[in-house]
Amino acid sequence: MRWLFALMLCWLPALGCAKEAPPVADDPVLEQRLMRLAKELRCLVCQNESLADSHAELATDLRDQIRDQMRAGRSDEQIKSWLTQRYGDFVLYRTPVKATTAMLWFGPFALLLAGLAGLVFYLRRRRARVSEPRLTPEERTRARALLQEPDPDAAGR
Amino acid sequence: MIPELGHFALIVALCIAGVQAVLPLIGAQRGDATWMALARPAAQGQLVFVVIAFACLAWSFVANDFSVLNVASNSNSLLPLRYRFAATWGSHEGSLLLWVLMLNLWMTAVSVFSRRLPSEMVARILSVMAMISIGFLLFLLFTSNPFERLLPAAADGRDLNPLLQDPGMVIHPPMLYMGYVGFSVAFAFAIAALIGGQLDATWARWSRPWTTMAWAFLTVGIAMGSGWAYYVLGWGGWWFWDPVENASFMPWLVGTALVHSLAVSEKRGGFKIWTVLLAIIAFSLSLLGTFLVRSGVLTSVHAFATDPKRGIFILAFLALVIGAALALFAWRAPKVGLGGAFALISRESALLVNNVLLFVAAAAVLLGTLYPLFLDALGLGKISVGPPYFESVFVPLMAPAVFLMGIAPFARWKQDQPLDLARRLKWALAVAIASALLLPFTLGLWTPLLALGILLAVWVAVAGVVNVRERVLQLRASTSVPVSTALRRLPRGYWGMLVAHFGVAVFIVGVTLVRGYEVEKDVRMGPGDTVAVGGYQFRLDGLKRIQGPNYDATRGVISVTRDERPVATLHPEKRFFTVQQMPMTEAAIDTGLTRDLYVSLGEPLQDGAWVVRVYYKPFVTWIWGGAFLMALGGIIAVTDRRYRLARRDAIAPTTNAPTAVAQVA
Amino acid sequence: MKSLRFILPLLVFVVLLMFLWVGLSLNPREVPSPLVGKPAPAFQLARLDDPAKTLADKDLRGQVWLLNVWASWCVSCMEEHPVLVELSKQGVVPVYGLNYKDQPAAAQQWLARNGDPYTLSMVDPDGKVGIDYGVYGVPETYVIDKAGVIRYKQIGPVTPKVLSEHILPLVKRLQAS
Repeated sequence: MRWLFALMLCWLPALGCAKEAPPVADDPVLEQRLMRLAKELRCLVCQNESLADSHAELATDLRDQIRDQMRAGRSDEQIKSWLTQRYGDFVLYRTPVKATTAMLWFGPFALLLAGLAGLVFYLRRRRARVSEPRLTPEERTRARALLQEPDPDAAGR
Repeated sequence: MIPELGHFALIVALCIAGVQAVLPLIGAQRGDATWMALARPAAQGQLVFVVIAFACLAWSFVANDFSVLNVASNSNSLLPLRYRFAATWGSHEGSLLLWVLMLNLWMTAVSVFSRRLPSEMVARILSVMAMISIGFLLFLLFTSNPFERLLPAAADGRDLNPLLQDPGMVIHPPMLYMGYVGFSVAFAFAIAALIGGQLDATWARWSRPWTTMAWAFLTVGIAMGSGWAYYVLGWGGWWFWDPVENASFMPWLVGTALVHSLAVSEKRGGFKIWTVLLAIIAFSLSLLGTFLVRSGVLTSVHAFATDPKRGIFILAFLALVIGAALALFAWRAPKVGLGGAFALISRESALLVNNVLLFVAAAAVLLGTLYPLFLDALGLGKISVGPPYFESVFVPLMAPAVFLMGIAPFARWKQDQPLDLARRLKWALAVAIASALLLPFTLGLWTPLLALGILLAVWVAVAGVVNVRERVLQLRASTSVPVSTALRRLPRGYWGMLVAHFGVAVFIVGVTLVRGYEVEKDVRMGPGDTVAVGGYQFRLDGLKRIQGPNYDATRGVISVTRDERPVATLHPEKRFFTVQQMPMTEAAIDTGLTRDLYVSLGEPLQDGAWVVRVYYKPFVTWIWGGAFLMALGGIIAVTDRRYRLARRDAIAPTTNAPTAVAQVA
Repeated sequence: MKSLRFILPLLVFVVLLMFLWVGLSLNPREVPSPLVGKPAPAFQLARLDDPAKTLADKDLRGQVWLLNVWASWCVSCMEEHPVLVELSKQGVVPVYGLNYKDQPAAAQQWLARNGDPYTLSMVDPDGKVGIDYGVYGVPETYVIDKAGVIRYKQIGPVTPKVLSEHILPLVKRLQAS
């Protein structure tokens, strides 16, 4: 009888024998680093997708290459320069800061500063130009009376 | 027969548009009442024929008429009914017809809801809109005829792109186009005002509800596009700064600036020139978007099939419409007077800074989207500008704008004291800073960006609550009514603003928390395997092959538990569409208020197992919830009493400075 | 002169228009090669006709040659193949093939069926050499000079127009030097 019982005990673990699913990647930490970098790289054969998201064959090949290089200990910068040597700056979604892209990176902030500065100058000059109409004493009393009226419509928005 | 009927209807619509564009405009210049009166019936007549044309195309799709080239290229007899209908706008030609339909709907709406406007104004507005309609109808008829025949007829169609076979396809384009095209109303109002020379607070009051409605639709349209991408693309992304996405976002940013600028123009008669310019720019960006998406000038997953002839036509149309509008602006703007004065610290200046920030943000998006084109055109090489750029630039620009959102409702019109503002806001700021410092720790991770997001969101929300409290107290101080009555007395415009701003806070919470705390695991799963993500247990119970109407699929069954208690059963699918020979991932999502559990199937592996991607995404639905709240705020604002009172604005005076000051506003 | 500032939006728009106009004639998906003017990347690959033997880049020094990236699964390659076959008959410049991510058996069959313009073809089964050359689509063709420097890259099929306007004049110039 005991052997039957032992046999049954063997079944029970088998029922819950499902294992903890292993990660797809052999090295999840490396994979995370790969995906982080690949998100900033462009898939060359797609219609505007990142290397991380693309299912294209070239994208898979490039991800494999990058993975190998990361395993070999190369840095993100080295890998990016390896890619740009072959494909140019097109492959970088984080546009490099160069003379030709200076306007891209600094333009918005330059525009903001110009806008804010222009605003301040404009407001100063405007105040000089706009005349403030003066109220007569009767108009002033009338205005005060109107302000006292409870008018839900004009609740000071 | 039916396609020919549709084609003919478009031609008739074009003729009516021709009349509508010319006669009322001349009538308005000469004061000819009969000619001006033509505008309304012409607009409505045009709508009738455009609806007929649209119905004919839709019918061809629903009835599987493969002798129509468009139907044969974009539909299939196995396609479910709702997608056959949506395929009407699934192509370049069909979507243009949708554009024209939306334009006509707005035109008719303007013709109906404008009784209180002077007839010259209505005549000019409808005339300008008719000119735009002419442009698109010509484009349709000459380069993009949706009714072109395919003879001999195809036996069956090439099917709709599988990515589009989704409820999102039924709602997102119509909503988006309602918004895009809706800015043409604001544009027409601006042009009409420039032509007529009357640019005043009353003009701003009339333009405002139309602009706000268009903005609300655009908000919903963009949010739906984002939500759709989220669940259909299989990796949980929801915004990619793709050129087509940017093409819809730029009008939204400028439209938001416009809505705020109109507030000042209406209340204080100020910013009029700037408001008019924004109205022109908002619609110009819509048109530019139409060009970018269809001309092949930029690469995008969303782009339609391109044809150089079409690109040239749209570019010429763009040049004509926007060029004429900006030329008119250059000529007439100097003649427009200034509004009321205001100090450096005032609500007006807060709104002006908000406008500058939004405008620069829109300019930055435009710059980033077109920069590769600029460099290529100058022969300076090919580069890419992607999400890293846009995020680096957009967030620093928007953070101050969001911060201002908390302050501006407190700032008094015309003049306010910075110290007084600080006093009223100090508790809101304190709560916001405390949350920013402490909350991330309770959620498991603190980074400066996370803290910033929480700071901004809590700041806006709490400042809003404090503002309501202040207003209610003010009302009760002068009239001693109960709180509920006081709340009801607050105008809808005010509630609209609050809800919309609150929506922004909700949106920021969603974006921040998902970015900071989402967990992703890519695992190999065979039947019975489990994986733990975000505190939940996911177990693959099994996989089976199923048959859809026009696809084969493998469907997984994943049961999700938390602390041994069942939470959900998810059914991710990997579909293979037989006609287009295209695989597609259908993710399975368990949506909740505080988190989404997102599972999608990757590739099959050797041993019957599959690659499965499991995501835990906290608060991700707040992203779209926030957007819907923003749109809701807009809609609430439009139902404000002052737009519904018929008597008040019966006659339109041209307000000038003294009366504006005397009017208590 | 205050009115000048109101013309600014129109001026900005006109500049934008000009760029968009030029943009219509550009191809945003074409990726020009940064390797033009640089030494051709080194390779040593098995030959298609005799896997035991290899072909290396230094074997080809001292002559001007074309490197054509092709595959039996590539549809556009069919377009340019007759042009290449014709070119090889003229004997102006040797064409070497890089069989990219293909099966050798399928590749040989394809050549047998469609003609073999290649002096020699080498096999790049995993595409590594292709990546070194910045290949992102098939077919692509490189013009390499006597010193082993890449002088020109053709993206897409070689058409008679491309041959007569770009490749052949360049080859003549390089061979003369």
